Amino acid sequence: MAELTALTIAEARDALARGDCSARELAEAHIAAIEAARDLNAFVVETPERALADADASDRRRAAGAAGAMDGVPVAIKDLFCTEGVRTTACSHILDGFVPPYESTVTARLRASGAVMLGKTNMDEFAMGSSNETSHYGPVRNPWHRRGDNRPMAPGGSSGGSAAAVAAKLCLGATGTDTGGSIRQPASFCGIVGMKPTYGRCSRWGIVAFASSLDQAGPMTRTVRDAAIMLGAMAGFDPKDSTSADLPVPDFEAALGRGVKGMRIGIPKEYRVDGMDPDIAALWDRGAAWLKEAGAELVEVSLPRTKYALPAYYIIAPAEASSNLSRYDGMRYGLRVEGRTPAEMYENTRAAGFGAEVRRRILIGSYVLSAGYYDAYYLKAQKVRTLIAGEFAAAFERCDAILTPTAPNAAFALGEMIDDPIAMYLNDVLTVPASLAGLPGISVPAGLNADGLPLGLQVLAPAFEDETVFRVAEVLEQAAGFELAPRGAG
Amino acid sequence: MAALIEGRTGEWELVIGLEVHAQAITEAKLFSGASAGFGAEANTHVSLIDAAMPGMLPVINERAVEQAVRTGLGLKAEINRVSVFDRKNYFYPDLPQGYQISQFSQPVVGKGEIVLDMEGGESRAVGITRIHLEQDAGKSVHDRDPGHTLVDLNRAGVPLMEIVSEPDLRSPEEAAAYLAKLRSILRYLGTCDGNMEQGSMRCDANVSVRRPGEPLGTRCEIKNVNSIRFLRQAIAYEAQRQVELIESGERVVQETRLYDAERGVTRSMRSKEEAHDYRYFPDPDLLPLTLTEDYIEGIRATLPELPDEKKARFVAEYGLTEYDAGVLAAEREIAEFFEAVARGRDAKAASNWVTGELFGALNRRGVEIADSPVSAASLGALIDLIADGTLSNRIAKDVFEAMLETGRDAASIVEEKGLKQVSDTGAIEAAVDAAIAGGAKQVAQYRGGNEKILGWFVGQVMKATQGKANPQMVNEILKKKLGG
Repeated sequence: MAELTALTIAEARDALARGDCSARELAEAHIAAIEAARDLNAFVVETPERALADADASDRRRAAGAAGAMDGVPVAIKDLFCTEGVRTTACSHILDGFVPPYESTVTARLRASGAVMLGKTNMDEFAMGSSNETSHYGPVRNPWHRRGDNRPMAPGGSSGGSAAAVAAKLCLGATGTDTGGSIRQPASFCGIVGMKPTYGRCSRWGIVAFASSLDQAGPMTRTVRDAAIMLGAMAGFDPKDSTSADLPVPDFEAALGRGVKGMRIGIPKEYRVDGMDPDIAALWDRGAAWLKEAGAELVEVSLPRTKYALPAYYIIAPAEASSNLSRYDGMRYGLRVEGRTPAEMYENTRAAGFGAEVRRRILIGSYVLSAGYYDAYYLKAQKVRTLIAGEFAAAFERCDAILTPTAPNAAFALGEMIDDPIAMYLNDVLTVPASLAGLPGISVPAGLNADGLPLGLQVLAPAFEDETVFRVAEVLEQAAGFELAPRGAG
Repeated sequence: MAALIEGRTGEWELVIGLEVHAQAITEAKLFSGASAGFGAEANTHVSLIDAAMPGMLPVINERAVEQAVRTGLGLKAEINRVSVFDRKNYFYPDLPQGYQISQFSQPVVGKGEIVLDMEGGESRAVGITRIHLEQDAGKSVHDRDPGHTLVDLNRAGVPLMEIVSEPDLRSPEEAAAYLAKLRSILRYLGTCDGNMEQGSMRCDANVSVRRPGEPLGTRCEIKNVNSIRFLRQAIAYEAQRQVELIESGERVVQETRLYDAERGVTRSMRSKEEAHDYRYFPDPDLLPLTLTEDYIEGIRATLPELPDEKKARFVAEYGLTEYDAGVLAAEREIAEFFEAVARGRDAKAASNWVTGELFGALNRRGVEIADSPVSAASLGALIDLIADGTLSNRIAKDVFEAMLETGRDAASIVEEKGLKQVSDTGAIEAAVDAAIAGGAKQVAQYRGGNEKILGWFVGQVMKATQGKANPQMVNEILKKKLGG
């Protein structure tokens, strides 16, 4: 059975099509793997019965010749996606016991394509965090360790449970969401592929909102091809989300195999940030060389306002979050802590229900939107955002895609950074600019650092050129020959 | 004309601006598919979006936008090609999202105007500052269950048009006239039913006083006034309160006040210091609302004739007085009723019947014209019976009363009761002869120059014919015979 969990989505699809295995066998193998790896704390809800029922239904569809693009493929769902009849809490105490009577558009599409749901993955509370340590259900453990060091490592965040589950072969793919790097950074930390599509590609309907103008769902998989397959089953226009793009969904997988010959790859000099791990700087150079060898032309591009992206992000995202999280008031669902007046009940409920990081961001967000500060913070941050988008547009006049590292550092040990929010926020310094500009980006595992921890390279492309991202990422993936071998402590 | 308030220390000018919340007539709510209907059982018109479930997103209801644009065009206002929805953040149990989606800095409709017809034929133009679209809140019910506040979300998310006036109003009467005129226009446009009792139209009044010609004084906002009468009373009370405060050496404090209709006073609700910081910002779930020229012109092409134009046409086409035309044009239903009666008939008579007998009858019964027991067609038929000499005006009034009582048409009542006017010359002549024969003394008086005595003869003839004799013929025949 063990080899079933080592398949890629593409391999599983072929195996199922050939009849080499059944969806039920795939589901059973993964259910067993999840049970055996509970120490990772990657799942907050396991749905084995549902998975087996889904798998049996998939096998029946296949027998009837009506299998979909992801039919029988076992996947994990980040707990930010509302799943009908399955507890959804965004890993927050304040949503205790919340079982949605509805299914998010993205997970409904995955289901419609035949995917089998194994359970809900752990994450930073309301997707606020870069280490998965803000989860009400405790941190996820990265399946990777530093060489010769048994301390548990952070999987990154906020989609840390999804990243760890994919890396530890507990599922073939998982959904993530990315607001400032929440797919790409944990993908880099866990040695997997994480793709954030163009803002508007995937519907946000039914995804618990963090920062509406930035939140975007995407696939987390072990290969670039798998990410392309899975995004195809997630994306598409949704009239229920006014910000979703009314565009046809391209065949992302068809974009693969075309190589990068003749493409111009931009290298932004401003991404060589202070404090960048020298191993990462070296990997970046290596990545550029691989693309050059594959026939691409390297172009130096300038994104001079990159340094303002992180501060702008940490104004805009908390501002939207402070408002988005107002609905958690103990009135209609989730946790309620009684009080003598409605106002007191709100205060008691929210004080008990939100963790420290969420409270911090609500306070920051409320502050930057308040009368007298709005112009100096929120409005200025929006102007910065516009300028950053403009800089990318100008850079893409000179190149077809941009190559950068995904994060300035590899995974750190749990607890190592939790007391220093600024250091934690710096994890997003290389992913946030593309988030502000709404651009597609991917993290591809490309090597290990001196400690034996995985490192990712990031590829960015112009809006709605998600295919370009996959195309370049595939070339990097092949050149890197990265071997997924976590749990290699010793 | 500003009506000045006489204080102990001199005259004061009253300055009023109104913010009217008018519920746009739509099937569904502003951002969800739930019904916007009134009067349903609590919490039965609530979608996942209205209840602010996690992950739910608003989608603009195009019909509500159309209604706001129609209203703007009806108030001769600028329609903004681009407008933005903002979030107004505050916590309240009947506000599930924790914010109201409204329009703050870029509303859908800009500056417009309403012309008021004041007493004495004077007209006053009042500026409209803006109209924006926003969600209504739900309702907190405090008196059902001791110790608990209950919440009904049926209204949560219902589309409101907030119509803001310039501070151009100068008296409670003007404010009342403004509200009445606005209501009339909205009803003409079909964009709001104007029902203040059910809360589909509510009004906040900003009131301040100043010495004539001086800068604006400190204002108080009176919230949620729900009738035109209360508006007049609340403003009158508030103006007097402010004058008395200032004249006794105190200051008016900027605050929000509530009108207590039972006691006829305004009471402090919260001061400026307690005011919320709403932390407005553009709603990132919604794109800016962009309207094309074609879209706006398409709506303009379907605008109905509005009260001002209708009034002018009634004067020109039917020869009505300004006053009568104004009364008949004020409500779309009345104007339509009148025109149905007047079509092909003597418009003056139609106007007199509608504003006189019919309005009197409706008032006595306390019903609206839509529920009139006499239809426009029936009233028209009655007027026809007068025009062709079948009925005298006096008898027609009796027939009208019978029509109100029974709901039957005039002809059948006339037939049944034998009320047909006698226009038979022979019969009238016989009655006239009998009256002359029985009134020698009166004949002498008449012939002696007392023409007023003619009335006595008319009375005799009418008594003899049970009032059915054609009065014009009676007069003619009497004069002929008495003069002979």
